[in-house]
Amino acid sequence: MADEPLVLGIETSCDETGVGIVRGTTLLADAVASSVDTHARFGGVVPEIASRAHLEAMVPTIERALKDAGISARDLDGIAVTAGPGLAGALLVGVSAAKAYAYALNKPLYGVNHLASHICVDQLEHGPLPEPTMALLVSGGHSSLLLAPDITNDVRPLGATIDDAAGEAFDKIARVLDLGFPGGPVIDRLAREGDPKAIAFPRGLSGSRDPAYDFSFSGLKTSVARWIEAKRAAGEDVPVRDVAASFQEAVVDVLTRKAVRACKDEGVDHLMIGGGVAANSRLRALAEERCEKAGIRLRVPRPGLCTDNGAMVAALGAEMVARNRPVSDLGLSADSSLPVTETHVPGAHAHGHDHVHEISKDNLYS
Amino acid sequence: MDTATPAVTAALHDGTAVIAETGQVDARRHGELLLPAVDRILAEAGVTLDAVTDVAVGVGPGPYTGLRVGLVTAATFGSALSVPVHGLCTLDALAYAAGRDGLEGPFAVATDARRKEVYWARYEDFRTRDGEPAVDRPADIADRLAGLAVAGAGALLYPEAFPDARGPEHVSAGALASLAAERLAAGDSLLPPQPLYLRRPDAQVPKNYKVVTPK
Ligand SMILES: [Zn+2]
Repeated sequence: MADEPLVLGIETSCDETGVGIVRGTTLLADAVASSVDTHARFGGVVPEIASRAHLEAMVPTIERALKDAGISARDLDGIAVTAGPGLAGALLVGVSAAKAYAYALNKPLYGVNHLASHICVDQLEHGPLPEPTMALLVSGGHSSLLLAPDITNDVRPLGATIDDAAGEAFDKIARVLDLGFPGGPVIDRLAREGDPKAIAFPRGLSGSRDPAYDFSFSGLKTSVARWIEAKRAAGEDVPVRDVAASFQEAVVDVLTRKAVRACKDEGVDHLMIGGGVAANSRLRALAEERCEKAGIRLRVPRPGLCTDNGAMVAALGAEMVARNRPVSDLGLSADSSLPVTETHVPGAHAHGHDHVHEISKDNLYS
Repeated sequence: MDTATPAVTAALHDGTAVIAETGQVDARRHGELLLPAVDRILAEAGVTLDAVTDVAVGVGPGPYTGLRVGLVTAATFGSALSVPVHGLCTLDALAYAAGRDGLEGPFAVATDARRKEVYWARYEDFRTRDGEPAVDRPADIADRLAGLAVAGAGALLYPEAFPDARGPEHVSAGALASLAAERLAAGDSLLPPQPLYLRRPDAQVPKNYKVVTPK
């Protein structure tokens, strides 16, 4: 519909410079420039390298998105941007660009939460989100179970990782196996040829007295690394495919089990899975199987919308416009640890009190 | 605009003179302060951003995070308004400000590069830089700059290395805009609006980057 909000979204919380344009729940453009190759040789995302890459890619990516969408910036109804959480220096580039763009074009500005955006992006794939939606967000930076009665202003954390994010565990195991960075895609590929039952790796926080919805992948990571080292020390070959399959099974088993349990406990009949790890084929298959058994409808966006991108930010921004949520002001700042409960960052006037977030001192100078 | 140093500064120049200018010194809030500063000077001058025909921005050298705020803001303005964006070395603008304050050449300017280093350059006169900007420890360049007045916070921070340290302490966008207007009027080419980092990035992957544990 032509009267649905036309919103441009900017995402720079980690290593992808993403600019997306949506009209309501329709995706018009999804331009992404990634610095992942530059980080590969360091085995993880280097904040200063990511920030430098964002600065270089920012304006060209905005211009590419506008061209792809075939719209004029003058027609936009709003500019949305990831205000946090994420890497402070990386976020700052996107937030500064969004403010400048909104100011120059005289458009409303919406600083939004990265995690809520990961959930909202599914509207572009499967239409409006059911309310409430249960969401499992899994990536290199986060592993959370979230209950979202209203994606624009009510997102409740049920559980999260107490140590490593799920994607981080994939990266670390890939490193131990000398498979390079990022680890997710290569482990997924090798696991398809391995036996997921070959090695019984531990399922973290799965005891009856453990927190029902929290995750822990640190013990699993150590256990896998020890197993590999023991093989090597004994002079035996490491069965890489079986290790990959068994490790991956341990991760997705816990993720899907807890997510389905949360849905049942909360009486929610939809499960949304987002974040980079949602691209994992085994996670998708097992979630499908378990959701079907439990009578839960599974919604997983296509892989390109699961990883960080600007379209997800635009999707949430469009929802903010549609629901008349208060706008952010020109003092909007990047907040590297923006809590998931803050779905957006309204301006001081909208709030009635000063709501300026200090950027954490870390990462400011490198 | 310039955000390469702890000063967050913006000014509006009409081709003849600076008509509005503002600056705040706060090394940790460049991102929050710049747009409100721009908005303030435009309001003071009674114009909107559409009236601007050229954007000039300090390209550093400067500690990185703040520096990028000015550069990405300038580049985005340029794209949104379809106007040219010009880069100027932040040290050149500081030298220009020092010259207008009466400092005669030769002299040098230095800004704080953190990590006990300074960004610096030498000037024949306040419009003419002698060589490329560099980043060094004060003690390592004290001999080379001996006998010269050195302007800027980088000099004032290390009086033992720079005995003739003086103001201005910080760059002002007014000086930057004036220098840009002068060079544009003379038909000189300015720099591309790209950062002058002078240091390679620290290639360290932080432990648990971007972990978000809502508790
Ligand atoms: Zn993400």
